[in-house]
This record gives sequence, structure tokens and C-alpha cells, in this order.
Amino acid sequence: MKTVVIGVIGADVHAVGNKIIEHVLTEHGFNVVNIGVLSNQEDFINAAIETDAEAILVSSLYGHGEIDCKYMRENCEEAGLGKIKLYVGGNIVVGKQDFKEVEARFKKMGFDRVYPPGTDIEDAVKHLREDLGE
Amino acid sequence: MGTHLLVDFGSTYTKLTAVDLERETLIGTSKAMTTVKTDVLEGFEHALSKLKAAHPEMPEVTAVSACSSAAGGLKMAAIGLVEELTVEAAKRACLGAGALVNQVYSHHLSRKEIKALKSADIDIILLAGGTDGGNKECILHNAKKLCEANIGVPIIVAGNKDAADEIEEIFETSTQEYYIVDNVMPKLKQLNVKEAKEVIRQIFITKIIEAKGIKKAERITGSIIMPTPEAVLLAAELLAKGHEDVEGFGELMVIDVGGATTDVHTIGRGFPKRSEVVLKGLQEPFAKRTVEGDLGMRYSANALLSLVSPFEFKRYYEYENANIEESAKKRHDNVEYLPDTEEEKAFDEALARICCDYSVSRHVGHVEVVYTPLGNMYYQTGKDLTDLRYVIGTGGVLINNAHAKEILKEVNQKSDKKLELRPTDPTVLIDRDYILAAMGLLGQKHPKLALKLMKEHLV
Repeated sequence: MKTVVIGVIGADVHAVGNKIIEHVLTEHGFNVVNIGVLSNQEDFINAAIETDAEAILVSSLYGHGEIDCKYMRENCEEAGLGKIKLYVGGNIVVGKQDFKEVEARFKKMGFDRVYPPGTDIEDAVKHLREDLGE
Repeated sequence: MGTHLLVDFGSTYTKLTAVDLERETLIGTSKAMTTVKTDVLEGFEHALSKLKAAHPEMPEVTAVSACSSAAGGLKMAAIGLVEELTVEAAKRACLGAGALVNQVYSHHLSRKEIKALKSADIDIILLAGGTDGGNKECILHNAKKLCEANIGVPIIVAGNKDAADEIEEIFETSTQEYYIVDNVMPKLKQLNVKEAKEVIRQIFITKIIEAKGIKKAERITGSIIMPTPEAVLLAAELLAKGHEDVEGFGELMVIDVGGATTDVHTIGRGFPKRSEVVLKGLQEPFAKRTVEGDLGMRYSANALLSLVSPFEFKRYYEYENANIEESAKKRHDNVEYLPDTEEEKAFDEALARICCDYSVSRHVGHVEVVYTPLGNMYYQTGKDLTDLRYVIGTGGVLINNAHAKEILKEVNQKSDKKLELRPTDPTVLIDRDYILAAMGLLGQKHPKLALKLMKEHLV
């Protein structure tokens, strides 16, 4: 069973989507470690180390995701999680921006998958299967 | 029915408490120097004859229970993976079992760390790491390194269950004594220290007692059933919870200021009291014990001064022009020192106040403000003890001090420590007869009686 860590990053308290993601991923046979809302990078990384997770799925709904996710890849590498897959989704930037640009920026930051608002979680499930080799 | 004798083989004194089982009263207490170097029973017999002389009416002794913190008590090393998670869980298991944790390691053990562990004065190692089904590479690495190092003390393995078989294979081929128990953190942030604590107690009873020269006492006292701090924690838990139809005191704190350490025990869930507070970090134990090795009245007097600036120290001590360092050094160098002047007594009280204040700062939970678009939210790490109802002082320093209740007020909320979830205005009680550890022992067989005696004798 593949372990994934999910949570909502930063000073963000959007709890509903987080629960839905947990539910759907669990239904699809993932071992979901949900660290919940108001989580910082360190919480994600510590959880991933102890649980030997293969992917971290970061949610951000309040527009400050870009700041909250800065250097997350570098911090993972520093903590010995160089190979971990990083996904991010939600309203991850301020205002209405061209998603192509947003995606490029987050990929440059080291995220493997970047999702715009309104993404179906099933898409992420498909990508997890591809990326984690199941 | 007769007398139930409770014995505490302490590092300095062997303390006896006699309880009349029929009349349900405390007959009396006595103490004599602990005699580990010759025969531990000498000190015991000495204390017993004192007790019998003072209370000739004492019925025949029909039962004896004993705990011990002699010869330095129980010393442990805690090893885990992430500092805030399995390392902390391992530490809490050790502390809850009454141990002093003086070696703490995270992630992969290095050669240097193994060397330090090997030369350290420890009795048991608790090895954790990984949630069940989580990381097992690290705990396997550490088990291998410990095995190769021939560390010489028992190892309790309380990590990822997926690694258990492989760890067994590593240790099986060696002479290493090992025990595999439930993971101290089976799921992220979930604390599970029950089995680890039980095995620590078992090893303490069967092995450590012997190594410390207290085994002989078992001829008379029966098996020494636990380390003294665990007995205090059990007494506190009984007093808080009550037993059957007898109500307890509810959430409470026991604080023991000693020569080398300050122990703080709290019983209570400590959950957030408001909806805008989010709980962070590892789950807190219902009965929580912390030990501060740098807060003490004698051995640790110098270490204590390095925490407090001279300016801060003056908040606790009113004498002008006093040589604070000199006074601290005097206590550190001569641990038997008893203050003889008003100034020196005030100095001791200042030390005790600092021990209470700082140890509680470290024990209680903290809040942190998070500014969100939906308004202020708060992170809470640790226990919210603002509604705690009782604070009980125990240990030689506090119970013999005329101003003990004043000193214990230091645990209360402070204007300069607003983010600490300290008690608001609890009732302060003192363990004047020094019976808490004894009641923890008695509570194993006679919980109702122990509860009754505590209610009567904590004043």
C-alpha cells in the first residue's frame, strides 16, 4: 500500500476539500496520512519521514500558496526526501492568472504535479498511480 | 489486617510510611540514610526501628511494598527518527515509567553517538522510529549499529512493527538482551506508551534493582515494584481520577523540586478550550511527567544560573549587592548545605521559585497566533492547563519550607508569559508528610484507602 501525506498548507483553514481528498484517496487504496489544516512545510516533511510516504499532496485555497510552498523541494532534499513526489492544488496563487504560467512556476519550484481550481481528485489518483508505479 | 509498610529506597534516605489497614489511618513515617554500599537493609532496619519506637502501638506488619530511586534511579536513552515525533514519543515513554532520560538521539546513529551512548551511564535503551508501516530503514540501521557496538544494556524496541522481524534477526545472533514491544507512535502523532512502560518496569524490577545493590532488600520487602517517580505519577493519577464511587480532585499538577532535578506531573487531557484553537504536535499523555535536569537546588544550582540573568534573578531575590554566583557555587559544591542566615534562606527560596516557574513553562502547552484571512487562529502545542484545579508540592525542599505555598504560586499564569497555558488560580496543597510515593504504592492494592489518606494529608 502506497503512503501519501496530505494537508492544507499555511494559515489556511479550508477543511472540507481536505476531508474529501482523504476520503477519495483512501477509497482508492492509498494509506492516507492527513495532517489537516494550518500545516507548515515542516509538518508535511516530518510526517513523510516517519510514515515513509512516497508523495506529499499540498492543498492551498486562500491564495498564499506560492509563498507557503517556496523552497519546499529544497527542504525535502535537505531532510533526505529527495525522491518524494510533490503535488499541489487549489487556488494556489493570488487573483486570476494564466494557469500555464502558474504551473510552470510551481514546476520550477520542484513540484511534480500542479492542479488548477476545480480539478477532479480522480485525476490526481491517476497521476499517483503513474508516478508511484502501481 | 495489620500494618501495610510502604518503603521508598531513595538516593539519600530510605523512607518508610506505615498505614493501619484496619483503622484506615496513617500511623507515621520515618527515614534513615540509604545504605546501598553495604547492605541496603541496614538503612531499612534503622528506619523501621525508629518507626516502631515512635509508634509502639503499631500493629504487626502484614504487607510491604517498595519503590526505589536509589543509586541514581533509572536512567535511560531514547532514540527515534524525527525529533518532534518518535523521539518525543520515546522520551515520554521513558519519563512516564519514572526514568531520567539523559541521552536522546534522532535519525541515524553516527559512530560518535554510539561511542557516547556506550560510555554513558544508562540502564536501558528505548529504540523507536517510524510509524507502523512507515519508515523502517532508520530503525534497522540503528538496531544494527547498537548490536555491533555490544552496548551492554537491555534494548527495548518500540518502533515500526514492519521492522520487528528483521530487528529480531539482527539481535538473535548476538548476546544483546532485547525486547520487542508495541510502537510508541503507531500512527502519526498518536502516542502509545503502555507496553513500553510495562517492559521498562519489568526490566527495572528484575535487572536494574540487582545492579544497583537493592536486590537484597527483597528478602524482606518483596519485589520492589517500580521506580519512585512512577509511584508519584500513579498517586497523582489516582488522586485526580478517584476510584469507583469516591470522587477524585480532577485535573491536577504535582511538582517536586529536588537537589538535582525538578519533576512536574500533570493529570488531565489538556485539550484546547476554544474552537479557534488547533492542536498541533504529538498526542499528550493523560498522566504526563517531565523532568528538568538543569533545574535543582543543589547539584544543578550552577546550571540554573546559566538560564537566568542576574537581572531576572533579582525578580525572585530582593537582597542588594548579593554575590549570586558565589551562593550558587556554595550549593553546587556542598550538596548537603543547609541555609543558616535569612539571606541564604531567601536565596534557597529564590532558587525554588525559579525551578517552579521554569519547569512549568516547559511542561505546559503553548499557543501561537496565526493570522488567517478568516481572523486570528491559534496553534496549541502541549496541554492547556488553564483550568487545572490543584497544584501539589512535594519533595524535601517544598515540604519543609514555611513559604511553600507562596513559592508554588509561581506556577500561575504570568503577564509576561501570556502564550503559556499555565494554571489560572489553582488551590495549592503541600505533601507535608511526604507520602505521595507511598500512596502510589498503596494504591496498587488499596486504592480507596490511598485516596482517603491523600485527601486527609495533603494540606
